[in-house]
Amino acid sequence: MTQDADQHSVCRDLCVDASQVEMQFASGQLGVRDVNLAVRRGELISLVGPSGCGKSTLLRMIAGLIAPTSGSLSVQAGSANDSRTAFVFQDSNLLPWRTVFDNIRLPLELRGIPFPQQQVAVNNSIKLIGLKPDDAMKQPKMLSGGMRMRVSLARALVTQPELLLLDEPFAALDDLLRQLLNEELLRIWSEQHWTGLFVTHNVAEAVFLSQRVLVMSKSPGTFIADIAVPFAHPREPELRSTPEFAKLTGEVSRCLREAAR
Amino acid sequence: MKRILQTALPPAVLFGLVILAWHYAVIVFGIKAFLVPTPLNVLRAVIDGRGELLQAVGLTAGAALSGFASSLLIGTLIACVFSQSGIVRRSCYPYAIFLQTVPIIAIAPLIVVWFGAGFQSVVLVSFIISLFPIITNGTTGLLAIDSNLLDLFRLYQGSRWQVLWKLRLPHSVPFLVTAARTSSGLAVVGAIVGEFFTGYQAEKHGLGYIIMQTAGFSQTDRLFAAVLASTLLGIAIFGLSTLVGSTVLRRWSDSQ
Repeated sequence: MTQDADQHSVCRDLCVDASQVEMQFASGQLGVRDVNLAVRRGELISLVGPSGCGKSTLLRMIAGLIAPTSGSLSVQAGSANDSRTAFVFQDSNLLPWRTVFDNIRLPLELRGIPFPQQQVAVNNSIKLIGLKPDDAMKQPKMLSGGMRMRVSLARALVTQPELLLLDEPFAALDDLLRQLLNEELLRIWSEQHWTGLFVTHNVAEAVFLSQRVLVMSKSPGTFIADIAVPFAHPREPELRSTPEFAKLTGEVSRCLREAAR
Repeated sequence: MKRILQTALPPAVLFGLVILAWHYAVIVFGIKAFLVPTPLNVLRAVIDGRGELLQAVGLTAGAALSGFASSLLIGTLIACVFSQSGIVRRSCYPYAIFLQTVPIIAIAPLIVVWFGAGFQSVVLVSFIISLFPIITNGTTGLLAIDSNLLDLFRLYQGSRWQVLWKLRLPHSVPFLVTAARTSSGLAVVGAIVGEFFTGYQAEKHGLGYIIMQTAGFSQTDRLFAAVLASTLLGIAIFGLSTLVGSTVLRRWSDSQ
């Protein structure tokens, strides 16, 4: 294999490839600066950083919701007219007038997928995410915060994404529920092997979930640390109480403190 | 049962007291019947004229409901157009305010001249007066969308049409329900004002026509009966729209 071909295959292996990406808002303020990011297919990465450092901005750029003002950003998920990028918002962001079932099928409906196929996909997604079949006909207002977040996850997963972007999805939940959902998310990831980018404020969550933790500086954000998380999969809940886990969360926390300074 | 009593009894008692006070005030102060009839006179007028009154209520209700329904439909359509184009919205909105500010009683005769005596003119007056709340509230509801929800539709390549049909319109329903409550009352007012200037056919008169005619002849008991019928009609249509609205809203309401 020549070196050229080798490089080519490396590029095709990347799901997200950003180099020197910068985002300047209309106000002139910089959102992020000099962001270099290479995410391999199937990787699950966490992004942490001080509040307002531009984590969400970066995630929205990768989702294609906003465009970088300079630098190059390529996302390889699906094709041009069949994007396979899904996004989980911080707020569950459900349509209150639709049932759980109709909320989950929305992305398929927007793409014009025939109803029988939608039905199969939604039912699979409901099962996968741990919702009961009777929940399907409920209105979002009848559900707890944790359940609504499950529905939101199911809506993202129903599209069979290649790239899943999660913007602090569990930030509003209590710690126990958050740990439970972390475990479920990890289980689904190891079954489906999508590429995941997980923005969070919670260091333990970042370490437990991901293979790498990227730390961003304070605004305008840029990456200042890339910490590998060597724990094998599947990860058990008990991992959280091991000394190795504590050591790693300590290291990430130290980085974060430095970033905030 | 106790709660129904608690809410229904006080206004019912007050109603009885007012009727009694009215009755004795007319007798004690010796007020002439053509100025203020007694409640009994009014009741007699209602019973004697029940055929004519019922027919009038039916005709006025038909015109008011037609005006209300068309303002709901056309107002929503106009709001949809407004939501799709800022330039159209900015150029047309000042003229939509015209609907709100024009004294309807001043242009009602003109409408009768232009569109001819009869049902269509009454409906048109009712339509014009009830249109504005639908346009403003509808436009607000269509535009006041959480940006995260718009992003969600954008992420999954929702078309402009899908955003309107599956996001903006359902989102505006609570706004339209509120507007419909206001508009339903206005539609009854509009129909009665329209009827001041025109009847329907030969012997068919709406409540507005009866009010004008009896006032002209100082038949105050019949006038009171017609006013009473108008009020009840207004309450009925308002109640109906509130009932339908809250049924719809039960599905829409969001406690998130």
